[in-house]
Amino acid sequence: MTHRLTLEQVRLSLQHRALVELDATIGPGEVLTIMGPSGSGKSSLLAWVAGFLNPVFTVSGRVRLDGCDITRLPAEQRRIGLLFQDAMLFPHLSVEGNLRFGMPRHTPDKAARIQTALEEIGLPGFGDRDPATLSGGQQARVALMRLLLSDPCAVLLDEPFSKLDAHLRHEMRQLVFGHLHRAKLPSLLVTHDREDAADAAGRVIELTN
Amino acid sequence: MAVLPAFGYLPALGGQALSLTPWQDLLAQPGLARSVILSFTTGLVTTAVSVVVVLLFLAGVAGTRLDRWIQRLVSPLLSVPHAAAAFGLAFLIAPSGLIARFVSPGLTGWERPPDWQIVQDPWGISLMAGLILKELPFLLLMSLAMLPQLDPVRRTQMARSLGYHPTLAWLKVVTPALYPLIRLPIFAVIAYASSVVDVAMILGPTMPPTLAVSILSWFHDPDLSRRFMASAGALLQLGVTAMALLTWWMLERGIRYLGYRWVMNGHRRRGDAMLRNTGKILILLATLTAFIGLGSLALNSAAGFWHFPDLLPQGFTPRHWQHALPELSVSLITTLVVAIISTLAALILVLAALENEQRTGRRPSEARLQSAQGLLYLPLIVPQIAFLFGLAVVLESLGIRIPSVMVVFGHLLFVLPYVFLALSEAYRRFDPRWLHLAASLGTSQNAAFWRIRFPMLLGPILTAIAVGLAISIGLYLPTQLLGAGRLPTVTTEAVALAAGGSRRIIGVWALTQACLPLLGFILALGLPRLLWARRQGMKGTL
Repeated sequence: MTHRLTLEQVRLSLQHRALVELDATIGPGEVLTIMGPSGSGKSSLLAWVAGFLNPVFTVSGRVRLDGCDITRLPAEQRRIGLLFQDAMLFPHLSVEGNLRFGMPRHTPDKAARIQTALEEIGLPGFGDRDPATLSGGQQARVALMRLLLSDPCAVLLDEPFSKLDAHLRHEMRQLVFGHLHRAKLPSLLVTHDREDAADAAGRVIELTN
Repeated sequence: MAVLPAFGYLPALGGQALSLTPWQDLLAQPGLARSVILSFTTGLVTTAVSVVVVLLFLAGVAGTRLDRWIQRLVSPLLSVPHAAAAFGLAFLIAPSGLIARFVSPGLTGWERPPDWQIVQDPWGISLMAGLILKELPFLLLMSLAMLPQLDPVRRTQMARSLGYHPTLAWLKVVTPALYPLIRLPIFAVIAYASSVVDVAMILGPTMPPTLAVSILSWFHDPDLSRRFMASAGALLQLGVTAMALLTWWMLERGIRYLGYRWVMNGHRRRGDAMLRNTGKILILLATLTAFIGLGSLALNSAAGFWHFPDLLPQGFTPRHWQHALPELSVSLITTLVVAIISTLAALILVLAALENEQRTGRRPSEARLQSAQGLLYLPLIVPQIAFLFGLAVVLESLGIRIPSVMVVFGHLLFVLPYVFLALSEAYRRFDPRWLHLAASLGTSQNAAFWRIRFPMLLGPILTAIAVGLAISIGLYLPTQLLGAGRLPTVTTEAVALAAGGSRRIIGVWALTQACLPLLGFILALGLPRLLWARRQGMKGTL
């Protein structure tokens, strides 16, 4: 199953001032990087695609996923996954609970999948752990697996590497982009770090203020 | 709604025509002027002393061990009902109380209690003292909740780098910013202290009592026609409280003018140590008084024979407890049922309102929402007796005459604003990304509420429940007025003992009343620790 995310003649503005204008299609396994300083509207663009933009912004244009218009769909029905700069593992759930939380309800063999996923990120046997006891890098990896296990059709990345230690960043990028590529997911990355864009190895769009 | 009966109109009691008779009756009451002055001054003096002591204490806080110890000691006092604190104080300062025993006969030579009117003194000093014991923790915790957003540490550091001594630095650069934030609680204290009934029945003067107490006695008079006069009295009480608020507001203006000059006058050191120590000593004195008072309730409730100058009883006995148990347990159940129903109802309403506010993205700054929330706080600013009078009349004219329903509804009105205050901050601060994340994982808004927001906010929610229970347990007037005496709670029974009850029995009831709210707080602190014992990330949420 391959997916395609289309942003059709999008124009995002705040109080009649246009912040972002964009028309792009992201193919399966492709990462489109949007760069720009803070306040340029890149995070608002992500929020709009995900389905929870603050109503002070006005947007025209459409989001299509595999051709279907999802512009007016509620966030939880869009099947678009998110990765933030914090891992945001739910503090009241175990590592396994976090992974399980995102899995579609009728997924077969949930436990086996979780085990495989944990092995894949080098954390076998971590299922029962309290997420707060994991290192920053470990938490980021669990967050990535939670995203993938939720079986999304597209992924949005909001500066996901900016809070990691410098030596972890490159390794984490390889892991994230590798997985997204293999899963053939169209991804939209916003960042202000040039190295993110370089490692993403896709098209780059620069926003100016 | 108390307006019509005040002018003689209340068909249910045969008042068909408007007249001024209730007012003429009211003005003809002996000692009315004194009652009014008493209520007015009690409201203002109590508030002024409490505000000054809290500000002085906060200004002198330097993070020492004593400071932290005092703060930790003060917080549980907030949960102690007013009536229990008042009884505790009475047991302490009465001519045969603990203090007199402590200094007798050594210092005083007293072999028997002196014949002095210390409790229920005609000037209302013990009444004000009892109220201050309770309002200090309230204003202190309200201020502590507001302070972080002002960044007082950096403000004072800046002033200190300009040569100001620490306490003066705090008073000159933090107070002006803090005051507007604690104004609503201060107004609530004025309204409460100028119209309080239960504390005034325990510690207040009797000949004549405060206005609110007089009104209640007219309301309960077997002669039903006196209810018209009581209605007029309720309106008068509204006026007295409004006058107290207005006077405070004018004082505020004057102090702002003088205070501005004081801030600017450049004095950096003068009186710093004295200010600091005054605040600390006074708050310590008040806190210890409250705690020793509670201790003396316990002592009395279990005392056997207790000869006067002896500091401790000759023996202890469970007799008073055993004796009170049958009645006590019935009231206890009533108290808990009313408290639990009204608190849960309040919690559901508050959660629904906050969840709706978050989902629609509406901010509290929006005018309509703000006025709706202003309405929510109305029961805190309007004197209880005037408010409840009107409510009783409305409910009665709607044909609702079931005491239990009316009492629960009355409690709900007073519990609601506190539950809202306790929960709204944590709710609005909750990082929206958690819910965005849950939605991106395919969770509906309702499921996200139950599976993410509710468990993650369990700590604040339980605290709000504990606050609600404590408020409901301590309520006297709503239970008394709306329940028509048919729903005796621990609080109404304890207050009823104020007129001539034996000390041992009062000790039993008041101690029960004081301890009851603590259960809620123990639960609120303990349950999350138990549930989240293995979740370090949940430790900071309390």
